[in-house]
Amino acid sequence: MSRQQSVKKPPGKKSAKANTRAAGSSGQSWFGQLFQQHQSVAVDSLSRLLQEPGASFLTWSVIGIALALPLCLFLFLQNLQQLNTSLDDAGNISLFMDLGIDEQALETARTQILALSEVADVTVITSAQALIEFQDASGFGNALDGLDENPLPAVIVVNPAIDDIESLPALSARLETIAGVDLALVDLDWMRRLYGIIAMAERLTGGLALLLCLGVVLAIGNTVRLAIENRRDEIVVVKLVGGTDAYVSRPFLYTGIWFGVGGGLVAGILAITAFLAMSGPFARLMALYNSDFSLSWLGVSDLLTLLLVAGGLGLAGAWLSVLRHLRQIEPS
Amino acid sequence: MITFDSVSKRYPGGYEALTNIDFHLKEGEFAFLTGHSGAGKSTLLKLIMQMEKASAGQVFVNGKNLNRMFRRQLPFFRRNIGVVFQDHQLLFDRNVFDNVALPLMVTGYDSREAARRVRAALDKVGLLKKENQNPIALSGGEQQRVGIARAVVNKPVLLLADEPTGNLDPALSAEIMNLFGQFNQVGTSVLIATHDLGLIDRRKHRVLTLDNGSLIAGNSATVAVSGHDE
Repeated sequence: MSRQQSVKKPPGKKSAKANTRAAGSSGQSWFGQLFQQHQSVAVDSLSRLLQEPGASFLTWSVIGIALALPLCLFLFLQNLQQLNTSLDDAGNISLFMDLGIDEQALETARTQILALSEVADVTVITSAQALIEFQDASGFGNALDGLDENPLPAVIVVNPAIDDIESLPALSARLETIAGVDLALVDLDWMRRLYGIIAMAERLTGGLALLLCLGVVLAIGNTVRLAIENRRDEIVVVKLVGGTDAYVSRPFLYTGIWFGVGGGLVAGILAITAFLAMSGPFARLMALYNSDFSLSWLGVSDLLTLLLVAGGLGLAGAWLSVLRHLRQIEPS
Repeated sequence: MITFDSVSKRYPGGYEALTNIDFHLKEGEFAFLTGHSGAGKSTLLKLIMQMEKASAGQVFVNGKNLNRMFRRQLPFFRRNIGVVFQDHQLLFDRNVFDNVALPLMVTGYDSREAARRVRAALDKVGLLKKENQNPIALSGGEQQRVGIARAVVNKPVLLLADEPTGNLDPALSAEIMNLFGQFNQVGTSVLIATHDLGLIDRRKHRVLTLDNGSLIAGNSATVAVSGHDE
């Protein structure tokens, strides 16, 4: 350090910097030190929470319940969308062909339709096949046996290559002009309603999720504020011995993350319990519809995403709290 | 080490704690700061620590103009100053070792190197055997020594003490003053605020005397006459 010569002259700046450097010296790399610090702070924050299991569990439950509602809605929506894709044939266009059309004309129509760019796939059901299917499914077998000729037309089921259901009518009209096609049928109203319901449910879930996540952030922020108050003395001393804002806030940020992750775990357990409770009745309901559709569960990746999001919310809440309250605590 | 250039401190509400203070403490110097209670001793120390900002004038500490210091520079500045408080400011949620290690922890010390330094500091104040105890279980004198160990553990260039012997009997006080003297001998600048005139009398050190916020003696760099009274 440089010796100061005169009384009033401001001394050189070098000495202080050199001292700061010397104080932080050690054999480890900067990154290694930081990692070690973070690790010990993370462990310390968690063990502090576990030292008060009652209070911590209460907070985790509050966060867990708040997260479980949007989570369950999200899972329900995901299942509804899967149900939707499994009902994808609803978006098909059925082309009823002229009665008595011969096989060659049917084939010509088929190739003509397949050539359209809006068409992904077609299935041809000849009138003979239609008759067999109808006899099997309807229970009118015997009555049909009494008829002299097959009253059912051949059908070409067109699977469109377009996603937008609103452009289906135009395609349907075009298909109707093809030679041999008597009637093109697409049940749009039903699909529109389903899409409408799903879109509304998505909005609702989104809105609810946003509100509840905000609630979680505020709840964690408030809990962290209490933690900050409880450790006021420590903060003052740490600031006095030269702890940076980052150093002082770190334990509280980790506390927030742990609150979030713990709450996420509780939410996951609640959602799984809810699905377990629902899966029995749901399977019976689906059996009534002759469907083997089953509920899809919370997968491992979903669970990890949940914990990540919950941890993020915890971090956000803690950060807000730290930003607001930690600066106010200064040694005096 | 410390330069005060026409420094005044007025608290919100108009109370003027310090008026036009000029003094210079050289590097490696040992000085006492004295005066009646309320004379401004603590305020002066707080200005050095940047716990308060001067209302007027300039404060230079360890080569830094404190008026021009940003908030984010403050922690790094404070790492070069060890402070001993009258009320010790120890944390009772951890043991003696961890209390002393705190200044090293905030700088991100390697834990083995930190342990070596903490034990050296505890050895210096004679508390090596109590490193695992909670400071609440220690006597007042021992707590003060823990505070001193914490103040010197990262080898600060400046050691400040605010009534470090306030609650201690004369024998313990002398012991603690000896400690400060030892740190001063290895080059640390020391400034001790105290109203314990008996403590000062036995030593030939410079004495800065405050009276109602004004420096009335000791502002020249010469060694003041001991046995100063007002």
